[in-house]
Amino acid sequence: MDTFLQQLINGLVQGSIYALVALGYTMVYGIMGLINFAHGEVVMIGTMVAITVIGMLTNLGVPVGLAAVLALLAAMLVCMALGWSLERIAYRPLRHAPRLTPLITAIGMSIVLQNLAMIIWSRNYLIFPRIIEKTSHEIGGAYFSNVQVLIVLLAVASMAGLLLLIYRTRLGMAMRAASQNPQVARLMGVNVDRVIAAAFIIGSAMGALAGFMVGSYYEVAHYQMGFMLGLKAFTAAVLGGIGNLAGAMAGGLLLGIIEALGAGYIGDLTGGFLGSHYQDIFAFVVLIVVLMFRPSGLFGEQTGERA
Amino acid sequence: MLEVTGLRVAYGGIQAVKSITFHVREGERVALIGANGAGKTSTLKAIARVLDAAGGDVHCAGQDITCLPPHEVLGSGIALVPEGRGVFPRLNVLGNLLMGAYIRNDKAAIAADLEQVYGHFPRLKEREKQLAGTLSGGEQQMLAIGRALMGRPRLLLLDEPSMGLAPLMVQKIFEVIRTVASQGITILLVEQNARLALEVSQRAYVMESGRIIHTGPAHELLVDPRVRAAYLGE
Repeated sequence: MDTFLQQLINGLVQGSIYALVALGYTMVYGIMGLINFAHGEVVMIGTMVAITVIGMLTNLGVPVGLAAVLALLAAMLVCMALGWSLERIAYRPLRHAPRLTPLITAIGMSIVLQNLAMIIWSRNYLIFPRIIEKTSHEIGGAYFSNVQVLIVLLAVASMAGLLLLIYRTRLGMAMRAASQNPQVARLMGVNVDRVIAAAFIIGSAMGALAGFMVGSYYEVAHYQMGFMLGLKAFTAAVLGGIGNLAGAMAGGLLLGIIEALGAGYIGDLTGGFLGSHYQDIFAFVVLIVVLMFRPSGLFGEQTGERA
Repeated sequence: MLEVTGLRVAYGGIQAVKSITFHVREGERVALIGANGAGKTSTLKAIARVLDAAGGDVHCAGQDITCLPPHEVLGSGIALVPEGRGVFPRLNVLGNLLMGAYIRNDKAAIAADLEQVYGHFPRLKEREKQLAGTLSGGEQQMLAIGRALMGRPRLLLLDEPSMGLAPLMVQKIFEVIRTVASQGITILLVEQNARLALEVSQRAYVMESGRIIHTGPAHELLVDPRVRAAYLGE
């Protein structure tokens, strides 16, 4: 088995998921300069809702494929409503507060959502039902599954959709203008509050999709799963240059690949002292290195203005 | 066209504008002149709802706009060209101009207005695909004015359009301001360059420390000894 190719494939899959979640961070940051630390929890709730809905529908005799599609839609709707509510309840009242205040609120909302999920879905690990028969394929000594292919394709499609929305629609134009200069965007007639709400809603929908992917990839879910996933995706956004859409996508993929290669080789590198379960180290080493040497990220603006 | 009554603007406890009353008639060119910190910019910002007024009221064409949400100001016919231009640096020139027409959906008329703006400022046409952040200061000022015109305002508020520009560029900008005014757009101009402002305007108000201390036809203020001494550097 070829470790390099194998880890590249695994990293690509994990990286697609990071990229989707990172987009949620970066869109909100781009427009309002806020790091929405509750975003990881939105993703987790997406996974949980999907599990619940698939369970309910299959119990009613709905075929599992159809149940999965409906569950994805339900997860997206719930997360969109959740993202919108977060903005409305927690962040909008703090629009003119010092920047630290909404940041602390975001951490608070993250804790609230985790606990809410614990109450609803318990402290236990939940099984994410298998929705398609897994098939395995071989390429150059490495293996990939149809689920992995689906995850990457779906991620690429939704990112392409996002780019179309941002660069080809009136809402996208308003979002770009508002992220560059909200005050002047208002003078042009842009309702910046609505644009911010749209960023939360769109980011949450993509987060729900990512949650669904994580669930069906690892086939397990837990109320704390959003925490680490959120931190990693945030790292990916910083790596690409927070506020920058292409940066979040590239940062996500890159982080996924770095992490997978790290996990693949850490045993050899440390003479077996550290195993692949230390893979989390790599994401945070990347974060520290980026913050030290290129705080604006790979694709970030060098001008000092907010993205 | 514009009726400002007892307008006050405060930053925290500091009053930048202390109850000023003035008006601009339809089709007029009016200047607000005064030294740095006199409250001119704050006045424009309060009219365009970038700032909240601390008191008083603003009417435009009979409509009370004192408490209008900021994004509805352009819809009521007022466009502000902000101090420092405020172009969107990572949109190209065309994107900036189209943002000016954001609230409109009459595609054919927008295209016609775009041609008109390019007629005023051929330089913008040449740079259509260039990111606004990479333009020179003068080009950014042209873009900011062009963008404001794309919203088809009835009243154009201009905040220090000459600031930081080379004399030739200033001349070009003010030529366009004259042309625009001749097409029936009402102009309220804030300038530190008092001579320039008085030359292009019909009337002017002189502000000092947040109050209007003097007003009259521009040609009279140009020869008024007090104005000459204080603002024309003579």
